Amino acid sequence: MGVVKVKDKEIVIPGQLLAEGMDFVPTGEAYREDDKIYSKRIGLVEINKRVIKVIPLSGSYSPKEGDTVIGVVTDVLVSGWRIDLGCAYDAVLPIKDAVNEFVKRGDDLTKYLDIGDVIFAKISRVTSQMLVDLTLKDKGLTRLVGGRIVKFPSVKVPRIIGKNASMITMLKKATGCKIYVGRNGYIWIDGKPNQELLLMKAIKMIDELAHTSGLTDRVKAFLEKETGQKLG
Amino acid sequence: MSFDKRIDGRGFLDLRPMEAKVGVIEKADGSAYFRMGDTVAYAAVYGPRELVPRFKQNPKTGILRCNYNMLPFSGVGERIRPGGNRRSKEISMVTEKALLPVVLLDHFPNSVVDVFIELPQTDAGSRCAGITAAALALADAGIPMKDLVSAVAVGKVDDKLLVDLRYEEEAFEGEVSDIPFAFIHNTGEISLLQMDGIIDDESLIKLVDLARDAAEKVYEVQKKALLEKFKKVGDGNERK
Amino acid sequence: MRGNDEVNHMLKYFENNLRYDGRGLKDFRDITYELGVVKTAEGSASVRFGGTHVIAGVKLSIDQPYPDTPNKGNLMVEVSLSPLASENYMPGPPDIDSVEFSRVVDRGLREAPALDFEKLCIKEGEAVWNVSVDIVVINDDGNLIDVSGFAAMLALLNARFPKVVDGKVDYHELTDEKLPIKHIVVPTTIFKIDKYFFVDPILEEFQLSEARLTLTRRDDGKICAIQKGGDYPLKKEDITEMLALSKEKFDELIKIIKEVSQ
Repeated sequence: MGVVKVKDKEIVIPGQLLAEGMDFVPTGEAYREDDKIYSKRIGLVEINKRVIKVIPLSGSYSPKEGDTVIGVVTDVLVSGWRIDLGCAYDAVLPIKDAVNEFVKRGDDLTKYLDIGDVIFAKISRVTSQMLVDLTLKDKGLTRLVGGRIVKFPSVKVPRIIGKNASMITMLKKATGCKIYVGRNGYIWIDGKPNQELLLMKAIKMIDELAHTSGLTDRVKAFLEKETGQKLG
Repeated sequence: MSFDKRIDGRGFLDLRPMEAKVGVIEKADGSAYFRMGDTVAYAAVYGPRELVPRFKQNPKTGILRCNYNMLPFSGVGERIRPGGNRRSKEISMVTEKALLPVVLLDHFPNSVVDVFIELPQTDAGSRCAGITAAALALADAGIPMKDLVSAVAVGKVDDKLLVDLRYEEEAFEGEVSDIPFAFIHNTGEISLLQMDGIIDDESLIKLVDLARDAAEKVYEVQKKALLEKFKKVGDGNERK
Repeated sequence: MRGNDEVNHMLKYFENNLRYDGRGLKDFRDITYELGVVKTAEGSASVRFGGTHVIAGVKLSIDQPYPDTPNKGNLMVEVSLSPLASENYMPGPPDIDSVEFSRVVDRGLREAPALDFEKLCIKEGEAVWNVSVDIVVINDDGNLIDVSGFAAMLALLNARFPKVVDGKVDYHELTDEKLPIKHIVVPTTIFKIDKYFFVDPILEEFQLSEARLTLTRRDDGKICAIQKGGDYPLKKEDITEMLALSKEKFDELIKIIKEVSQ
């Protein structure tokens, strides 16, 4: 029978001792060394029976297959486009995963996507060498026109989306902005300046309070106060 | 002339007052400010990010790159010409070695984590302040780390064993040693050890323990700084 | 490249006299400063305009004068873009941007002149005071020239001569004697995108700006340095409008500095 050294929902730092004992299972940013479990990053610890999980509160995005991300075209290649995801690894969008018609070799690809264009895409593949492939061929994926990108900590993206998309639905309703959220921490927003300014305040609030509970209610109260709207 | 008292009235084993804060440079991925007496260090972390030139990339592991620099107005005497020198190059290297054992580089292959350390004001113990600030900045950036590293200098001045020497103590006219240490918190392993001066083996062995105790005090300050950011819960209630 | 989405989006705000941080086009961000923050400097100032943070430090030394100015002290000004401040700055020799910023801030202080250089003379032809001002950018969120110039002036006002013993400087002791300040000098840079003029850009605005005009003024309102930057040209009417806006903003900034010099 082991000993847990921290409380559920406590904030822990790298190297902090979380538990002692072989029957605990470390997940997320928790790791085991001999019979002790430590944290690898600053994060929120979640204790669920024998599972000790650390949810990180900062850190770079690590591309994963299946993630929907927002990226910016930085280069036009022979066979597609290079896309910046705001992390250590660039991604490539191959022509076949972006365009439905037949594209001849040597055709000017900029008529489809040019440098500076923003896309909402899905990661189709990540190799062991961290080469990332994207696709636009799936439901909801598209080029995003107008609007602008706001950078947000990728580890806190789940809080912007909320359980069953509750947070993002509320943000859209209250501010009237179009919002697309990339798992890589790029958020694309488009609305009238006043609407966007309100949305930015809410986003800042979520960033600062991501580690707390009752966040959705707090943001709801803030938005109701600012807009005079009743949000369900 | 013998050494009996410290100029600032500290006990021989007392550290100077310390101050630490993270998230002080918002453009950086992680950052920290650390002060030890009159020695002040800023550290900023950028990364993991793409490593160029490409041929330097390692598919199995990321790399850590540290750069230590003293600002032109940070020295006790004349202006320091910018551009670094051999001393700052060496300190950059030992700083990197001091942090390497705890940074989990295999978590970010083909990329680099850059750590920049700049000191606007120094009064001895500058490489230790830099390493301590760097460890904080790495944690603030969310770089995966096994543990924190804490650094402090100890030494022997005349016949007294001292912790956290300041400039006047290093400059004592007589037998002096200035020994910077860095420790990994959980294991007590030493990742930085150098010396300027003269020391006997027996004293050095005693100093290792004194340094370890002192480094743990530095650790407490680091831990507090990292948790400080999450204290406010937005409605005026403080988390415990 | 397609028509610029980023600029068009920003212009929607500008049309309404709004910016991404909620300010008006002519508003400065919160300006805060702290003097004497660096004990090893003979004068210093830490300044923030919103997120942009710089630290300016003054170092004094005694040297031989230049042969063509045997009765004058010297001034050297350098703005350095520390790698702390941005993902784009690397350790190494100054890049062209920091050279430009250094020279623009230098010109304003030198031409006004901010210091009475003859009063920096100790013994004609033999010994004069050298004043070095180093401005280090700690966090780059735009408007570096204005913030650097502001910080440099505060650091000069904060500076005190060190004690001199037998012709040598004793850096351990500062006297109460201030530097011989002749004029207070402050740069204000006006930026332009499309037909809109604005001040104190955040980094995004700086990167999208088409042209900028720095006007450094001294306490009597006269201009002592000018620098046009940016890829796009300015029309004559632009200059008139930018001059007027710069005077307005200069009045705001010099008020803050005058509080310090009391």
